[in-house]
Amino acid sequence: MRRTLFLIFLIVIWELGYRIFDWGWKFPSPLQTLEAFYDGFANGHLFGSIVASMRRLLISFVISIVLGTGLGFLFARFRFFDETFGFLVVALQTVPSIAWLPFAIIWFGLNDTSVVFITTIGATWTMSMASRTGIVQISKIHLRAAQMMGTGNGLKMFYQVMLPAAFPHLITGVRVAWAFAWRALTAGELIGRGLGLGQTLQDSRDIGDTATILCVVIIIAVIGTISDHFCFKRLEDGIMVRFGLHAAKK
Amino acid sequence: MIEIDKVSKSFEQKKGTSYQALDEVSFTIKQGEFVSLLGPSGCGKSTLLNLIAGFEKAYDGTIRVNGEPVKGPGAGKVVVFQEHGLFPWLNVLDNVAFGLKQQGVPKKERHARALEGIKSVHLSKFIDRYPHELSGGMKQRVAIARALVMEPDILLMDEPFAALDEQTRYILQKDLEDIWLRTRKTVLFITHNIREAVLLSDRVLVMSTQPGRIKKEFAIQAARPHQAGDPLIHHYENKIMETLSEELEKVVREEMGHDYRIAKNAVPDLPDRNLGIGI
Repeated sequence: MRRTLFLIFLIVIWELGYRIFDWGWKFPSPLQTLEAFYDGFANGHLFGSIVASMRRLLISFVISIVLGTGLGFLFARFRFFDETFGFLVVALQTVPSIAWLPFAIIWFGLNDTSVVFITTIGATWTMSMASRTGIVQISKIHLRAAQMMGTGNGLKMFYQVMLPAAFPHLITGVRVAWAFAWRALTAGELIGRGLGLGQTLQDSRDIGDTATILCVVIIIAVIGTISDHFCFKRLEDGIMVRFGLHAAKK
Repeated sequence: MIEIDKVSKSFEQKKGTSYQALDEVSFTIKQGEFVSLLGPSGCGKSTLLNLIAGFEKAYDGTIRVNGEPVKGPGAGKVVVFQEHGLFPWLNVLDNVAFGLKQQGVPKKERHARALEGIKSVHLSKFIDRYPHELSGGMKQRVAIARALVMEPDILLMDEPFAALDEQTRYILQKDLEDIWLRTRKTVLFITHNIREAVLLSDRVLVMSTQPGRIKKEFAIQAARPHQAGDPLIHHYENKIMETLSEELEKVVREEMGHDYRIAKNAVPDLPDRNLGIGI
């Protein structure tokens, strides 16, 4: 409720500001933005961009979660791997994934693959670090209990014990990976070709359509918030409560 | 049956020296016998249990369980840990059924058997609770049910009640004796509590510390179920206390310096005859 009021208040101030100072086309008014929203959805361009971007995002997201979890597991279990490749990953994590775009363009061309590639890179490293921490911190007693009940040390152990035991860490990793993927995706799409939110941003800049630019920014913020709040946050809270890590709220 | 023959184990320490945890320990536990391993902290009793359970390898001597040398965890040996070791992401029913699931028992049957096991530790009302919703005593009951449901030949219990309060511990001891009288499993029970050892066991093996050796053996020839008020039980407690006070002094000296001495006859008056806690 308080949030809604605040948003309305913000929009009123914004409209007033636009009318009083009359700053022109460089920043749109709420009405123009709304109009751009309507037009964009009416002709299907905005919706198409959202779908195209989400498709890229989901593909990269799934790849990076699987890859990251797997890498983290290897880091946690094999000391040698951790000391060699693990060290490299820490270094790679500090590189903004957009820095790989020139390479991606050279290797794959200016297309979807490049965008997916850098989005995946953006999310994989954090995911692998989170999964490494999660698996390293599994208590010895759980592993022993599992062995004594006959899980062995292979795949059964991995998906029945290690994965669920590492879940609180994994889900945090997933949240961060999602945020990183979003960033990388938008950045990648700005330069890439085709249909997508980033491309729409770039195209609108070319024709000076600031209202659409703002629309896209708002869409990105809304999708990001919704997915984090209603999807990952819920999941995380649910798991935390189930594990007894913090008492149920409310 | 567990046969331990001249088992020694030492650990490497940081400065290149090695620490001898067990020194040529030998004993045999017969089928269906309840044996306690009693000793002050650091005497290597948990190490011995880990070796028998197959969690740790690299030792000298031989350990045979039912005539077979120990190769690894599992295979008819089940452990009840001090810190329960239940899986927080599974509810009571699934925790208890976990071992059966690994054996490939179909879902319906394993749930039925798990329910049975949960019933035998009086937790039927709590099958859909998660471990963090249970008290310490209840968690330990679940851990016992989880072990029993796998129908092991051998139950290895590593100070299972040490973290519980006095009353809960007493009730669980009684329940464990009941379960044992009913199932007649071979049990190796590790504890530093003299009363607990005497109350539960057919035989108490007292260990000495640094290096860990079997110091003395007491056969508890009292009527089952053992009663805390039985003068015979009391007699065994005192005899074990005498044997142990020497060891206690060794532990205390090690930790507090060499001028420390325990006054004669002072030790047997410790309120709950606990060793190792608070030292």
